[in-house]
Amino acid sequence: MSVQEVLPLGGVATEQSGQFRADHLLVAGMVKPGSKVLDVGCGEGDLLQLLETRGIDGRGIELSREGVNRCVAKGLAVVQGDADTDLVNYPDDAFDYVILSQTLQATRQPRVVLENLLRIGRRAIVSFPNFGFWKMRLQLLVGGHMPRTENLPATWYDTANIHFCTIKDFVELCDAINVKMERAEALDLYGRPLRLRMPWWVWNLFGEQGVFLLTRGGGM
Amino acid sequence: MVGVTSIPSPAISADDRSHEVDHPSSQVAHFSTDQPLPLDCGVDLTPFQIAYQTYGELNADCSNAILICHALTLDQHVANLHPLTGKAGWWEIMVGPGRPLDPDKYFIICSNVIGGCMGSTGPASINPATGKVWGLDFPVVTIPDMVRAQAMLLDRLGIDTLLCVIGGSMGGMQVLQWTAAYPERVFSALPVACATRHSAQNIAFHELGRQAVMADPDWRAGRYFEQGTLPHRGLAVARMAGHITYLSDAALHRKFGRRMQDRELPTFSFDADFQVESYLRYQGSSFVERFDANSYLYLTRAMDYFDIAGDHGGVLAKAFAGIQTRFCVVSFTSDWLFPTSESRALVHALNASSARVSFAEIETDRGHDAFLLDVPEFFDIARAFLQSAGKARGLTAKDG
Repeated sequence: MSVQEVLPLGGVATEQSGQFRADHLLVAGMVKPGSKVLDVGCGEGDLLQLLETRGIDGRGIELSREGVNRCVAKGLAVVQGDADTDLVNYPDDAFDYVILSQTLQATRQPRVVLENLLRIGRRAIVSFPNFGFWKMRLQLLVGGHMPRTENLPATWYDTANIHFCTIKDFVELCDAINVKMERAEALDLYGRPLRLRMPWWVWNLFGEQGVFLLTRGGGM
Repeated sequence: MVGVTSIPSPAISADDRSHEVDHPSSQVAHFSTDQPLPLDCGVDLTPFQIAYQTYGELNADCSNAILICHALTLDQHVANLHPLTGKAGWWEIMVGPGRPLDPDKYFIICSNVIGGCMGSTGPASINPATGKVWGLDFPVVTIPDMVRAQAMLLDRLGIDTLLCVIGGSMGGMQVLQWTAAYPERVFSALPVACATRHSAQNIAFHELGRQAVMADPDWRAGRYFEQGTLPHRGLAVARMAGHITYLSDAALHRKFGRRMQDRELPTFSFDADFQVESYLRYQGSSFVERFDANSYLYLTRAMDYFDIAGDHGGVLAKAFAGIQTRFCVVSFTSDWLFPTSESRALVHALNASSARVSFAEIETDRGHDAFLLDVPEFFDIARAFLQSAGKARGLTAKDG
């Protein structure tokens, strides 16, 4: 499978860029205005707020009670819930997009979660830290210990991230469950997209995280 | 003989109470025989009246109206002195200038429920057919009946769509009934510490309370007004049992522990040695001064019968199919009367209906009563939810 051409960031107004995270701006750029979105693992609602500024009907699920209450206190439609157990309660095709941002690696059953995302939503946007990133490899190869980075500072014994994968692993999972990649991006350490069109192995080495716009493959 | 003190008699006479029942110290809407209230039990209640309070002004396009639905033993006196007790309104912490429900922004309505005893028609009212107090001749009312009556009141006030319906406990049940029965009239809903059905345990506690009232010889098969008695002991015991369910083990322990009441050592009697006993007795006896025993029977019954899914073929999501109302569901961690699991079941049903729903569980050890207390996290959520609903409804900054 080849990487499709990297599309320009749609609709990101420059005056907004400073106030939102680069990866959020990228994700928001993948969502068509006026659509209905579920953000799974929405944290304190930063991405939902960004989507709201674009007239997108956003809802959220968040595991931590503090996160949920902060979201609700911002006027966002967020419920307390768990990606592993609560997605089953949503009906098919309930959303245009379901977003799973930096959460896949913390789920107990990533494959089931991914399947649910594309059952509930016509499209899914998934971002995750790439364990094939060169700094990770270097720490394991040279340091001989489990990698820790600026974005993933937890030690192996207290991390919530139990299912790390590389960009290559993720692409293989998508193939295995017949999920089509409409768009793929690799981001550098600062959340900026690697703009050039490159082969997978380069992204897998130099992408700190991967962001994928997914849709159902044929027969799903 | 071992010493024992009983619960004191009420300081208010039966005459005082019946006056507030018929001529409440609030606004009253009278509905004559051409506008009966059709009840679930098959009876048309007519004529009837609804006592209500309002705070703030209705704006020009009638888009800033908020209905508060009160809980079992509360009433329409949300944010003014209570005419019987002289105490502050029961939700002044939530309703007032600068508070989440600000009368400078919103037109706030609260009506006494049908079956209540603070001015809306109930078992303590006079039955026009006999000229006597209704007593047990009053038809059994349900939560849907209460909401139907509120809808008639809103018609009378010229309000088509509510910006929000908000309430806790039995009030939350009414909120849910509003969204199930009149979804197009409810722009947003804030059900707090409630459930879509009354659980077996809750029915059991209510039955305990009712049996306590009916076991009091002064109850006189519900005809105590005519016989010049009041079943104050039975009602006080019912209130004491109820009050325990509104608190939590942790809250009781923090408030009272095993501390003694005005004494160092136990008296080896059945006097109120412990502070918690003294507190419960006070709760029981002060309740009797403001509440009608028969009304307590009717309103607890209304809650027992409540089951939204049961009214929709056993499938809760069907009750909310295609609903456009914005929901904010709130529960409290230590509430064991309406535990978070009940709110979660509601949220799942709303998700299945693709409703726009927020759900927050608030950490507190204060039990079910937390919705009436100073819980800033809850106020922040209520304020933000109302503001976002107001914005979505097109209220200007001045309106809210």
